[in-house]
Amino acid sequence: MSALLRLTTTETKLFFREPMIVFFTLAFSPILLVILGAIPAMREPAEEFGGARMISVYVPIIVAMTLSMFALNSLPQLLALYREKGVLRRMRTTPVKPGVLLGAQLLMSTVLSAVATLALLAIGRLAFGVALPRHLPGYVVGYLLGTLAMFAIGLLVASLAPTGKSAVAMGTVVFFPTVFFAGLWVPRDKMPDILRTISDFTPLGAGVQSWQDATAGQWPQLLHLAVMLGWTLVAGGLAARYFRWE
Amino acid sequence: MTIIEVDGLVKRYGDHTVVNGVSFAVEQGEIFGILGPNGAGKTTTVECVEGLRARDGGTIRVCGIDPRDDSGELRHLLGAQLQAGELPDKLKVGEAMELYSSFYRRPADWRELIATLRLTDKLDTQFRRLSGGQKQRLSIALALVGAPRVAVLDELTTGLDPQARRDAWDLIEGVRDRGVTILLVTHFMEEAERLCDRLAVIDSGRVVALDTPAGLVSRVEHGQRIRFRPSAPLDPAVLSALPEVTAVERAGGQLVVSGRGTCCSP
Repeated sequence: MSALLRLTTTETKLFFREPMIVFFTLAFSPILLVILGAIPAMREPAEEFGGARMISVYVPIIVAMTLSMFALNSLPQLLALYREKGVLRRMRTTPVKPGVLLGAQLLMSTVLSAVATLALLAIGRLAFGVALPRHLPGYVVGYLLGTLAMFAIGLLVASLAPTGKSAVAMGTVVFFPTVFFAGLWVPRDKMPDILRTISDFTPLGAGVQSWQDATAGQWPQLLHLAVMLGWTLVAGGLAARYFRWE
Repeated sequence: MTIIEVDGLVKRYGDHTVVNGVSFAVEQGEIFGILGPNGAGKTTTVECVEGLRARDGGTIRVCGIDPRDDSGELRHLLGAQLQAGELPDKLKVGEAMELYSSFYRRPADWRELIATLRLTDKLDTQFRRLSGGQKQRLSIALALVGAPRVAVLDELTTGLDPQARRDAWDLIEGVRDRGVTILLVTHFMEEAERLCDRLAVIDSGRVVALDTPAGLVSRVEHGQRIRFRPSAPLDPAVLSALPEVTAVERAGGQLVVSGRGTCCSP
C-alpha cells in the first residue's frame, strides 16, 4: 500500500476519534436539513422563489455549509495542530515528505465531504422530494471546483495561523461571511442586488448558484466556474507561498 | 570508515552565528557525543546533519550523501529522534509503528523493536496516554524502524527519571551492538562518559574539545572547584570521602570543594 493511502487511512481513523469534529462536519448538516424540512412552510411552493420550494433552495446552501465546515474548521485546525506539535517536523526525517500528509488530509476531506453531500442529496430526495441534479456533469464540475476553492482557502488559513487554536479562530472568522454569501441566512434569490453581486464573486456564492443551475438542468454559468477557479489559484498560490512545516 | 563528516559547518540566524566552524568525523559503529551547555549550537549542528536545516557554510557528508540533496536517499539511512517532535494525540503505538515502517524500503521488524523497548503492552495505547519515558522509548523506536545505518538522538534522556535514564543508556548500547552508528546530543557529562566512544564539546558554536571521555577528564589538570555555603551544618568528611574529591577546605562559613572528573557537575 502506498504511503499516501496508508496515511489517508490513518488520518481517517484519527478523524473519527474526534467526536466534536465528526459531529460538526458529518452529522450537523443532515440534522439541520431534516429540521428545516420538518417545517411545513419550507415544503410549500413559494412565490418569492418563482414557485420553487424553500427546502429545494436550502439543499445546495447546506451542501455549501458542509464544505465550509471541512475546509475552514477541520482541515486548518488539524494541520496547524500538526505543525504546532511537531508532527510535520517528525515526518520530515522520514523518506515520506510531509507534503504527502497534506495530500492525505485533502484526500480524506474530499472523500468525506463528498459522502456528506451525497447523504444530503439523498435525504432531500427521499424525505422531501427535492429533485436530484438533472445536469450531472455540470454538478460534478461545479462541486469539484467549489471543493478546490474552499480547500485552498482552508490551506491558506492553516498556513497563516501559528497555532491550532488560532487556526480555529481564523477559520471561524472566514466561515461566517463565506456561508452568509452562500445564502445560509438570506438565500441568494432574496438578496438585494448589491449583495447578490458580491455573492457571485465569493467561492460559495458562486458554488451554490452553479449547483442550483446544474440541479435545474443547465450548465453552470461561466462566471461562477471562473470565480471558483480564481479563488483556487489565488488562495492556493498564497498557501503554497506561506505554508511552513514548522 | 568515516560515516559522518562535518567540516567547517556554519549556521546563522540573521546576524547571529549559532554554529561557527564546527568540524568532526564519526567512524562507523561509534557512539559519538556532542556535549555542551544549552544554546551552544548542539541541536542546530545535528539538524544540519539530518537535513532539517540548510547550512550557511562548510560541508557535511553522511554515508557519502550531502544532506542538502533532496533525493530522500539520506532518509533511508539516517533515523532521527527529535528533541521536540510528536505524534498525533490519538494515534496508537501500534498504528504509529505500522505507519512509519511503511515509509521505508527495508524496515526493521517493528514488533521486535517494540518488544525490545518494552512497549508491547502499550500497542493499543494512544500517544497522549503514554508517560514521558514511554514517549521517549517510542520516539527511539520510530528513529530505528527504518533500520538506519546512523541514528541521531537529541537529548534523549532529558526529563527522564534516573531509572528511565539508565534504561535508555542500556538501550542505546544495544542499538550500537546492532551495528548502528550513533550521534548523541547531551548536556550530561555523566551520560557522555558512560556511553560515548568519543565526544565533541561545543560552546558558543565552536568545538572547544574533541577527545575520548577519559582523555577529556584527564586534560582538566587542576580539577574543578566549587564554593558554597551549606544551609545546614555539614561534616566535610562526607565530601572528602568521595573518590573524585581531592580537598575540602573551610573559608569562614563557606566550604570549598576541589576535585576531578564529574564531582562538581550537576
